[in-house]
Amino acid sequence: MIQLKGLSKAFQTKTQTVTAVDNVSLSIDEGEIFGIIGYSGAGKSTLVRLLNKLETATSGEVTIEGESITSLKGQSLRSARQEIGMVFQHFNLLWSRTVAENIAFPLEIAKQSKQERNKRVQELVNLVGLEGREDSYPSQLSGGQKQRVGIARALANNPKVLLCDEATSALDPKTTDSILALLTDINKKLGLTIVLITHEMHVIRKICHRVAVMENGRVVEEGPVLQVFRKPQEHMTKEFVRQITEPEEDASEIVFNEEETGAVVQLKFLENKAEQPFISKVIRQFDVDVNIIQGKISQTQRGSYGSLFIRIKGSHEEIEKALDYLREEEIEAEVMEHA
Amino acid sequence: MLSTWMEEINWENMWIATWETVYMSLIAVAATFLLGTILGVLLYLTDKGNMWENKPVHTVTAAIVNIFRSIPFIILIILLIPFTTFLIGTMLGPSAALPALIIGAAPFYARLVEIGLREVDKGVIEASQAMGATQWQIIQKVLLPEALPSLISGITVTGITLVSYTAMAGVVGGGGLGNLAYQEGFQRSNNDVVFVATVLILVIVFILQWVGDIWTRQIDKR
Repeated sequence: MIQLKGLSKAFQTKTQTVTAVDNVSLSIDEGEIFGIIGYSGAGKSTLVRLLNKLETATSGEVTIEGESITSLKGQSLRSARQEIGMVFQHFNLLWSRTVAENIAFPLEIAKQSKQERNKRVQELVNLVGLEGREDSYPSQLSGGQKQRVGIARALANNPKVLLCDEATSALDPKTTDSILALLTDINKKLGLTIVLITHEMHVIRKICHRVAVMENGRVVEEGPVLQVFRKPQEHMTKEFVRQITEPEEDASEIVFNEEETGAVVQLKFLENKAEQPFISKVIRQFDVDVNIIQGKISQTQRGSYGSLFIRIKGSHEEIEKALDYLREEEIEAEVMEHA
Repeated sequence: MLSTWMEEINWENMWIATWETVYMSLIAVAATFLLGTILGVLLYLTDKGNMWENKPVHTVTAAIVNIFRSIPFIILIILLIPFTTFLIGTMLGPSAALPALIIGAAPFYARLVEIGLREVDKGVIEASQAMGATQWQIIQKVLLPEALPSLISGITVTGITLVSYTAMAGVVGGGGLGNLAYQEGFQRSNNDVVFVATVLILVIVFILQWVGDIWTRQIDKR
């Protein structure tokens, strides 16, 4: 649905050229929530602005549904932009307008009649759950409510794509979750393609289907969220993944009890394996005792993943058999320490 | 004592002068608002990083604004005598004061408009662009409404300056309370006239400030 081909953007300063986006090629499918993660300065904000030509690309091409955005100008660009909604970190609402008037703003731009506008505004207010706040001014709303107005406004003209520029970065964790739930809901209900940029890994984990990791203007890693989380390849990706797994899953944090016997094993599960009673199976089938040290399971849009630290006690052969059994079940078992 | 004090004043002339001052101020405020807003918007839009970024236009506009803002008003009136006689046909009376008043105040107001517009959140403008708004829609639906409280409080300040300008214009024949205070008060050593004229000017200024404050407070939803 969205194709980025060799996209670059360089900014010229007095002394040097800064390449904010460096030869990025991505393909985003219809109806998916695609996340782009990176630290500030990685170029993700510039990248998302290239998608609706708020920034003009130095080279490369962006096409949305076969239409080349990079070559559009004037009225055709403005029409195309009406089909690309955008949500901002700082909401960017007009404080001089009420909630309803803010949501009606893109409809005014699209020259809809007052009657159509009112009808659509009411639908959107219901969709984002702001019933009763239509006549409030943004200054009277909480951050989460402001972002709901921002989302409603972005959806007003029935866009094909929703761009989210750090949409939850200015919100507290609880409000972040409610906004993410709203985005997931919209994605499912309207089949809307969402491109989301963030520096928070848990945002990616919670709602994205696929993710691209950016560093110094380049996409260093890309793939389904579950895969990137479980098997991060690049240093940068590992750093991000650790953001939400530390300290629970970091082996170095575990204090091994020297007195204990047996092997400490880290188990990593794929998708739905996390829901199977494999521990009780191990205990029943093999002559071993299992002691759970610690563990964590995280949910993503396409299944859960997690890891568990256990201590297996028993004879050497039985422990090896148990581990072989787990590996057959497609659970990664890594022996951390042998007593 | 009060009755003898009152006797020195020709009340009919006083009212005529008051209305002349009000007339000059109101027309000048309205015209300054319009001209100053246009100039201010032009200054803002042609500035670096804005929609119509254009260095030559910005530099020329800024130079004109600065020059007219710097000329002392009393000298501006004299410099504008040929222009005013050409436009109004005379140098006397309240209408003759208007060109100088407007040309003197509009550049000052234009700067206030520019400052007000600069305070409009750039993100809101970006959001409007992302929605596919035209430049005219952004000016009309975003920039001006979002800057309106600044525009109103700015025109209040400018209006008060204009009232004092009318008094100066009065001294060189422009009519109004300034003219009255100078001709009937100062030149005939009638201090009562000077005193009453001053009080009336103060009343006009206070009313202007009061209306401006209420209006600003009402539209400011920040």
